[in-house]
Amino acid sequence: MQLIACPWCGPREEVEFSYGGQAHVPHPAAPADLNDEEWAHYVFFRANPKGRFAERWNHSAGCRRWFNAVRDTATYRFEAVYRLDDPRPVTP
Amino acid sequence: MTSTHRTVEGGRIDRTTTLGFTFDGEALTGHPGDTLASALLAAGRHSIATSVKLGRPRGVAGAWAEDPCGLVQIEEPFPEPMLLATTVELYDGLAASGLPGQGRLADVPDSARYDAVHHHVDVLVVGAGPAGLAAALTAARAGARVALVDEQSEAGGSLLSGTDQLDGVPATAWVEAAVQELAGSPEVLHLQRTTAFGSYDDGFVLALERRTDHLGAAAPEHLSRQRVWRLRARSVVVATGAHERPVVFADNDRPGIMLAGAARTFLHRYGVLPGREAVVFTTNDSAYDAALDLSRAGVRVQAVVDARPDGAPHRRAECDDAGIPVLPGSVVTGTRGVERVTHALVAPLAGGEVGASSAVGCDLLLVSGGWNPAVHLYSQARGRLRYDEELGAFLPGDDVDGLAAAGAAAGVTDLAGCLADGQRVGRAALASLQLEPAADDRLPSAPEFRTPAAPMVLWRVPDTSGAEGTTQFVDLQRDATVADIARAVGAGLRSIEHVKRYTTIGTAHDQGKTSGVLTSGITAELLGVPVRATGTTTFRPPYTPVSFAALAGRDRGRLFDPERVTAVHGWHVAQGAVFEDVGQWVRPRYYPQPGEDMNAAVLRECAAVRTSVGILDGSTLGKIDVQGPDAAVLLDRIYTNLMSSLKVGSVRYGVLCGVDGMVIDDGTVLRLAEDRFLALTTTGGAAKVLDWMEEWVQTEWPDLRVHCTSVTEQWVTFPVVGPRSRDVIGAVFPGVDVANEAFPFMTWRDTTLDGVPVRLARISFSGELAYEVHLNAWYAMAVWTRLIEAGRRYGITPYGTETMHVLRAEKGYPIIGQDTDGTVTPHDLGMAWAVSKKKPDFIGKRSFARPANTDPRRKQLVGLLPTDGSTVLPEGSQVVELHPDGVLPPPPVPMLGHVTSSYRSAELGRPFALALVRAGRSRIGETLHVPLDGSLVPVEVTASVLVDPEGARRDG
Repeated sequence: MQLIACPWCGPREEVEFSYGGQAHVPHPAAPADLNDEEWAHYVFFRANPKGRFAERWNHSAGCRRWFNAVRDTATYRFEAVYRLDDPRPVTP
Repeated sequence: MTSTHRTVEGGRIDRTTTLGFTFDGEALTGHPGDTLASALLAAGRHSIATSVKLGRPRGVAGAWAEDPCGLVQIEEPFPEPMLLATTVELYDGLAASGLPGQGRLADVPDSARYDAVHHHVDVLVVGAGPAGLAAALTAARAGARVALVDEQSEAGGSLLSGTDQLDGVPATAWVEAAVQELAGSPEVLHLQRTTAFGSYDDGFVLALERRTDHLGAAAPEHLSRQRVWRLRARSVVVATGAHERPVVFADNDRPGIMLAGAARTFLHRYGVLPGREAVVFTTNDSAYDAALDLSRAGVRVQAVVDARPDGAPHRRAECDDAGIPVLPGSVVTGTRGVERVTHALVAPLAGGEVGASSAVGCDLLLVSGGWNPAVHLYSQARGRLRYDEELGAFLPGDDVDGLAAAGAAAGVTDLAGCLADGQRVGRAALASLQLEPAADDRLPSAPEFRTPAAPMVLWRVPDTSGAEGTTQFVDLQRDATVADIARAVGAGLRSIEHVKRYTTIGTAHDQGKTSGVLTSGITAELLGVPVRATGTTTFRPPYTPVSFAALAGRDRGRLFDPERVTAVHGWHVAQGAVFEDVGQWVRPRYYPQPGEDMNAAVLRECAAVRTSVGILDGSTLGKIDVQGPDAAVLLDRIYTNLMSSLKVGSVRYGVLCGVDGMVIDDGTVLRLAEDRFLALTTTGGAAKVLDWMEEWVQTEWPDLRVHCTSVTEQWVTFPVVGPRSRDVIGAVFPGVDVANEAFPFMTWRDTTLDGVPVRLARISFSGELAYEVHLNAWYAMAVWTRLIEAGRRYGITPYGTETMHVLRAEKGYPIIGQDTDGTVTPHDLGMAWAVSKKKPDFIGKRSFARPANTDPRRKQLVGLLPTDGSTVLPEGSQVVELHPDGVLPPPPVPMLGHVTSSYRSAELGRPFALALVRAGRSRIGETLHVPLDGSLVPVEVTASVLVDPEGARRDG
């Protein structure tokens, strides 16, 4: 079982966390101004890369805070965790 | 039977105590320190059971978990299948029998306890042999927090099986001192009888401790039988030793054929002579120790058959002194015997060709084809193995993050080397922890290492028996042979993973501990490719079998999942309620009176509510306290309705949708103050809705000044429902003006009852006049009792979830998750009225305008009335439409939708259903059909509200 480093609590077992999908997909400010295709992209479309992926995680059975992480989807390795208001860090 | 094969002295058994046991019904004896296998061998018994497919006799072929043969079933004290005789410690009263490869589960409940412990350390050392002990000592002496686990009954590993000396005294004395030193280190956890069976990410290792198995019936009841240790280590040292590898030859499966090192273990550790006349067949030097030790103990060693052309020149003199003939450049091609080997067939091997064989009499045939490092834990942690051409074995390659192999597990073959390697790896672990080794971290002096003659890599002896590999067993547990591998390769399989699955080799109880690498070697040979190209199959946990009982631990029966009960649960029990699980909640489903079944009880409860008064324990409703200056803003964005316009003192029903516009929950919202709301959710949706609100507040709207808190457990909710509910509430709460004008529908009022604050809310989930009574759960029982007392003159009827469901369905109120499935919009439910047109946006609003969501052919919630007035449609039934001529369309018959709720109705006097039906609202009045038990039930499509569609009853 992996350890995931919650930015608020430090490393905890992965069962304490829940996954929240791709990060940096903000809710559109004015959905009514979007056409159907643009809105569908927000609702249904997410990236699914092999390799580094910026994701949302929730320490749901811990401090219950949401945070972002850069994780390698091929190795499961977490390369960075950061707060929601931080920009995506540059990983080596 | 007496112990005919016990040595006169020696071994680590306690000869002063005799233990009685039975095997296959035969009464036998042994000593503390024995395993079942050693006690059987001491009685001269080799044959344990017959093989799984071919029924061939099989015996003890190893001394521990690598044994591929000796499977037994324990009968007493508690039935347990598929254990290895070599790993069952003997205890008084043990009753066991041999197993033909398949066990029998106990048919009585297991009364033993199993548990789990989490433990965190700096360094975890797996294996308490020389390398493991050296690593653990190095780490402990430096002050690191250490766990040392070892699967055997005592520490020492290979040192228990030999005659090695350390510091000039028997090595076991060093082991005892090391164990004592570790016991004196406060930060060291040392566990024997504990098998590390799986290694995972970030230094996570699972280990199974067998705490009382070895005590039999004497096991104290207060101790858990087995314990799963969930170990988390910064550094893991894998010092798991090596497994000896056999060589494959014809009829290599007979009882009496054994790994050479195992025979040495039986001799030195258990004081057992595994035979009287032995032939030793080897490809390397290690088996000479077995030959010489057995000879010294009185076994007549007929020959050492060494496949290497020159044998082991420097061991020659020792063999000559002991009178042991050595046959270099020779192999064992086959054997004779049925219940026990009687002869080894020995032939010269030159240039890959086998010469004529001669039979050598023996009752014990020892085999050594080299040693396979036990790389299981390293490989499970995704360590990459490399093939060593000289050893014919797969060794750990580069270190995995935080995990390293040491000693024999890393391919080191001598004692001094293993000690030094253990210390080296221990120090590397310290370095990663930024700890310095202690000044007194010394190793014992081991005898000088004599470089062995190079081993020969020999997987199998050419088959001269005429059986064409069909008796050359590779995996004895699966009865899989060289011929099976040849068939797999002949069928075109190239990957070792495919060969494994085609032949089943390595899939049995032992997971290929002796057969895995042999299969790689033989497959490579047959394919004409190097072994490194073939590789091994993937090592997966568990290393040895682990019972489900141990994995389940305490999480079984009532402790499997928490049970949540309400504050008045005891009253429901006393009333004889029948309960149902709603998530983790245990809720009364109905309250049967004597002689009533569920149908009768529910019809009675429904009628009581619609004609007089009923009471429900609705405490399981989710309750979220939403507070803050921006509470109204948040709820406006979360709910489809406008919540900010709600007046303090009022209640509004609301629907929550996902961004896709699909309903995810619903419930009522009470405005308690300008900046405070109480949001009620469905019982099952409580946690989900809180999570949903939190997610949006944290991730999208961190600027909102609002906090959401679950108060589900703190408040109880008792709906008092029916035309006489006003009388009951008025009687219990005289301070409240319950007149409709003073206390209208969808409002709430605070009051007190003997100083206890109570909130009343005019909310109805049945269409009847109704009051929800909310209060602190602490006072629940007292208030509930008063409501019951006050209602007695009206025949107040407690009702359960089933009646609640019928009453709400009669009114067309959907249950989210039953009448919806994540593809249903508020409009589909006929609740466009609950979707605000004033708000510029809320979650899901934009999706309502998508063409798919405005399609008139969408499935919509409607009522169905079976026209026969009697059929209760099963929920989940499909709804179909006949052609105008009354004929079913040809298959595949278009499905228009399905029944989501279906009940008998006391009010309607007939069964009814709710269904999601394609373009349902446009079909009201039509007749559709529901296939049921081979016939078609005609149903009339109706509006979803079947009782009191005008809403005349809600005000009483």
